[in-house]
Amino acid sequence: MSESHLKARPISPRPLSPHLSIFRPLITMMMSIVHRITGAALYFGMALLAWWLLAAATGPGAFETANDFLGSWFGRLILFGFTWALLHHLLGGIRHLIWDTGAGYSFKMRNGLAWATLIGSVLLTLLLWIVGYALR
Amino acid sequence: MRSVEKPSGKAEAEAQRTLRTPLGRVRGLGSAKSGTGDWIATRITSIALVPLTLFFVVLIVALNGRPYAEVIDTLSSPFVAILFLATILITTVHMHLGMQVIIEDYVHADLPKFALLIGNWLFSWAVGLAAAFAVLKIAFGG
Repeated sequence: MSESHLKARPISPRPLSPHLSIFRPLITMMMSIVHRITGAALYFGMALLAWWLLAAATGPGAFETANDFLGSWFGRLILFGFTWALLHHLLGGIRHLIWDTGAGYSFKMRNGLAWATLIGSVLLTLLLWIVGYALR
Repeated sequence: MRSVEKPSGKAEAEAQRTLRTPLGRVRGLGSAKSGTGDWIATRITSIALVPLTLFFVVLIVALNGRPYAEVIDTLSSPFVAILFLATILITTVHMHLGMQVIIEDYVHADLPKFALLIGNWLFSWAVGLAAAFAVLKIAFGG
């Protein structure tokens, strides 16, 4: 809605909803924020995927350049972060799909699901890369 | 959203003077009225992306550090190419919708908002189509 409409209303000392800096950090709130941050990071991470795929489609030379970068410590760090962000957003997405059905809103369930998103994403990422490197 | 005033005082007097129903008076004052489709599309794409993302992360880790010929060989198989293409295109729709929500949440001034919304279309589809093109080129042996 237009801002002018809000400004036109008479100013009265109404209580405002407290904002982020006032709330005690809760796991559900933190995971909600992380879900959005990982989503935004993956958005830009898709450019990295497109670059790697285009390099592979171009030929062996371009592919080597891309692989050298991704094989460096900085490249590996980005790849590790990318897979963690992806798995965290995936688990967070499943959590939201459960909530969309109207289930899982009890105190125990919503906190459990939020913790499961965090712990599950870290464990899955570690497992993925350990298996990945073990099978090389 | 514009708040609907409680029927007290002046508003109550107004309500008694009109023959319009309370629903009729507030109709058209809400949101842009086209968000439900986007909301549903975000959920539908996210359901599709659950198995596709698992496929994707396994593929990425399996191909990590592999020589060129092997990577091309894997990406050329119809099974991998089709699933990869599905992952890329559905992700493109999903990331576009997700970033649109972020922009609409934080940017309220018209000019930067529309600029970012258009930029979001550009970035999402430029990246998505580039990745899809690369997969097709590899799959068709280019």
